[in-house]
Amino acid sequence: MKELMLGNKAFARGLYEAGCSVVSSYPGTPSTEVTEEAAKYDEIYCEWAPNEKVAMEVAFGAALAGKRSFCGMKHVGLNVAADPLYTLSYTGVNAGLVICVADDPGMHSSQNEQDSRHHAIASKVPMLEPSDSAEALLFTKEAFKLSEEYDTPVIIKMCTRVAHSQSIVEKSERVEVTKEYEKNIQKYVMMPGNAIKRHPFVEERTEKLTELAEDCIFNTVEMGSDEIGIITHSTCYQYVKEVYNDNASILKLGMVNPLPVKLIKDFASKVKRLVVVEELDPIIENHCKALGLNVNGKDLLPITGEFSQNLIAKCLTGKVPYSKSLDEELPVRPPVMCAGCPHRGLFYTLTKNKVTVLGDIGCYTLGAVAPLMAIETTLCMGASVSSIHGFNKALGKDSENKTVAVIGDSTFMHSGMTGLANIAYNQSNSTVIILDNSITGMTGHQHNPTTGYNIKGDPAGKIDLEALCHALGFERVRVVDPYNLEECDNAVKEELAVDEPSVIISRRPCALLKSVKHSGPIDIDKDKCVGCKMCMKIGCPAISIRDGKAQIDKTQCVGCNVCAQLCKVGAICQGKEEA
Amino acid sequence: MVKNVMIVGVGGQGSLLASKLLGHLLLSEGYDVKVSEVHGMSQRGGSVVTYVRFGDKVYSPVIDKGQADYIVSFELLEAARYVEYLKPDGHIVVNTQTIDPMPVIIGAKSYPENLVEKMQAKGFLVDAMDCLSLANEAGSSKAVNLVLMGKLSTFFDIPVDKWINAIKECVPAKFVELNLKAFSLGRNS
Repeated sequence: MKELMLGNKAFARGLYEAGCSVVSSYPGTPSTEVTEEAAKYDEIYCEWAPNEKVAMEVAFGAALAGKRSFCGMKHVGLNVAADPLYTLSYTGVNAGLVICVADDPGMHSSQNEQDSRHHAIASKVPMLEPSDSAEALLFTKEAFKLSEEYDTPVIIKMCTRVAHSQSIVEKSERVEVTKEYEKNIQKYVMMPGNAIKRHPFVEERTEKLTELAEDCIFNTVEMGSDEIGIITHSTCYQYVKEVYNDNASILKLGMVNPLPVKLIKDFASKVKRLVVVEELDPIIENHCKALGLNVNGKDLLPITGEFSQNLIAKCLTGKVPYSKSLDEELPVRPPVMCAGCPHRGLFYTLTKNKVTVLGDIGCYTLGAVAPLMAIETTLCMGASVSSIHGFNKALGKDSENKTVAVIGDSTFMHSGMTGLANIAYNQSNSTVIILDNSITGMTGHQHNPTTGYNIKGDPAGKIDLEALCHALGFERVRVVDPYNLEECDNAVKEELAVDEPSVIISRRPCALLKSVKHSGPIDIDKDKCVGCKMCMKIGCPAISIRDGKAQIDKTQCVGCNVCAQLCKVGAICQGKEEA
Repeated sequence: MVKNVMIVGVGGQGSLLASKLLGHLLLSEGYDVKVSEVHGMSQRGGSVVTYVRFGDKVYSPVIDKGQADYIVSFELLEAARYVEYLKPDGHIVVNTQTIDPMPVIIGAKSYPENLVEKMQAKGFLVDAMDCLSLANEAGSSKAVNLVLMGKLSTFFDIPVDKWINAIKECVPAKFVELNLKAFSLGRNS
C-alpha cells in the first residue's frame, strides 16, 4: 500500500524491514525522527544514549554480537562519534551496522554547515545518499546487505530536505537476520600489530566498493539532451529535474563514497558540457577534476547554503520565475524562547547582574537574542563548561567573579561532565549553571539520563545531578527555581562571590511538556499599568504593548509570574484558573 | 501539471495538521505528493513554512519564489512575508490575526499596517478572514487550521465529501465534529 511518509520515518521503516534489532542514538535535528519512529516497532530495541560516541559503540557491540544495528545523529554528532567510526572501518562488522548522519545545509537548526561526506572519505567507509523517502527506505535495507558483504559500517547521509519531507513509499515485510558471534582477536583488537594488517584490508575494500559504484542500483543515468550533462546527488537531483526535466542528461549518484570512475568518464564522454550540482563542498567536482574532466561546479553554484530549483535555474540558465513582493521591509520573526520558558528568569538575572555568559547548545542558545542578549558564546556540545575554565585561567580574578557557563541537562550529560571534572581537577574558580528543564528540549522532548524515563516513556535509571556534581569534586552545589527571580539573584551573586568553584542547578521542567501543569494566564490591571515596559525586559512573546499599556496574549501565557515580579506598580496579578 | 500550496505561520500555530490533511486527501485522489516541513529551532515561535506539492510527478519538495498557486497564512505579517512566493495570478487566504514578532515586542520595529490592502494593491488575489473568531464560533481557538482549509477547499476541484472523509481520517474522533464545523464555517465564509 502506498503511504505518504516523512524521510526519517521511511528510514525507520527500512530499519524495521531489514531486521534491525538494536538502535542507539543521540537526538539532533534533522536526524531525530529516525530513532523516534524506530522506537514504535516492538521488534527493535531502541535507546537514547548520552552522546553519539556512546551510541555508535553500543551499535558496534550489538553488530559484533550478531544483530543488525543502527545509530543516528546529526552532522556535528558524527564529529563526536568520529573516534569509534575511524577504527570501526578497520574492524568491520559481524551483523550489519548502519549509521545515519543528517546534514543541515542552510543551517535550519545547527551551529555549522559541515559536509559529512568528508568523514566518509577520511574514515574510508561507504556512504549512500537517498533523494526522497522511497530511497531512504530502499537504501537503508541495501546498506545492511552492503555492510555484511563488504565487512564495513555503512553511512547513510540524509539532509534536512530529505529527512523532513514526505513523499510516497511502499512498505514490505520484515526479514530477520542474525549472525553468530565468534572471537577474533586479529579482527577486533585494534592494537598496532593487528591494526596494521587491517589497513590493507580497508584499502582493498575501497577498491571493491569502487567497482561496485560503477554498476549499482544507487548510481543511475538518465540520458536526455546531450547539450548538458549534470552529475548530482541527494535532493539536488530533485531540483535539477524540476529545472530541466528531460532537457538534460543526468548522472545521479546515490553512493557518494567511494565515487565511480568509469561511470563518470563514460557519462562525460556522451555530453557536450559537464556540470556538477552538489550542495556544500565540491567533492564530486574535485573527483571529476582529478579524472582530468573539464567540469563546471562551484564556479557557477554557491559553496554555502541550501540549494533550490530557482537557485539552480538562476545559476545555470539565468532564468527564474517572475515574482513580486511588497515594497517594504518587514520585521523579521526569529525563533524565541517560549512563553513560560524556565530559562527566561535565569537569563534575566544574568543580564541584570552584567555577567559574562559562556553558552552551549540547546533552546537556551536563544538567550543570545534581544532583549536578553545574555549568552556570549556558543561553540559545540559541552564547550561552555570547558571554555569557562580556560577563560578564568586566562583572566583570573578579573573574570571569575563575573563569568558563568550555562549548559542544559541533556547537553551536560552529553559532554559537560568531563569539562566539570577538569574544573575540579585543575582548579579554576568557575561557576557553572546547569539549566535543568528535565528534558532534551530543542529536538522535541527526548528523555535523557537525568529524566528517569527511557525512549518509550517507561521508568528508567535516573542520574542525580547534585550527587554527580559533588562526586566530580564540587563542594558547592545548589538548586534554584528560575521562576523565582529573587532566589536566582541571590544564588548568582553568592556563587560568583565565593572563592571556590560552584554549580547552580536551575531546575524547572520545560513549559511545553504535557506533564507540566500551569496555573493559568496572568491578568493585567489596565488602571494600574503605567506603561513603563519593565515587563518587556524579559522578551516574553506573550506580552506586548497596546495603546501604551501592557497586554497579555492569553493563548500563550502559562502564568509563570516572572513578569509580575518585575512590575513595580503591582499591575500584573495571577489570573483565575481556566476551566 | 503540478500545483503548489504553501502553508505559512508562526511556530506553534498548528500548521502541521493542515499539511497532514492536505497530503492525506491528495494521496487518496491519486496524485504524486510531496510535503516539506520545518522542525527544530524555527518551531520556537519563529516564522514557519510548509510546502505541499501535487500532480502527476513531483520532484522538488520545496516551492520557490513565484511558484505557489495558493498560500494559506495563519498570520497576517507572515502572509506579507511569503506573498512573493505566489504566482502573479496566485491566491492567498489569510487569517487576519496578528502576532507581534520580537522586534515589535521590544519596540525596535512596528507592526506594518494595512497589509491586506498592500497585497491587493500588488495585484494578488487576497481572501482575508478573521479565522480566530470563526474557530471560536466552531468551539475552539485551535480550529483556525480547519477554517483556513475550508476556504482553500473552494479553490479545488475535489468534492466536499472527500474533504470531510479526510478530516475524519486525520483528526482524533472526539474532535471531528468541532473540526467539521470549523471547516464548514471557513468554506462558506
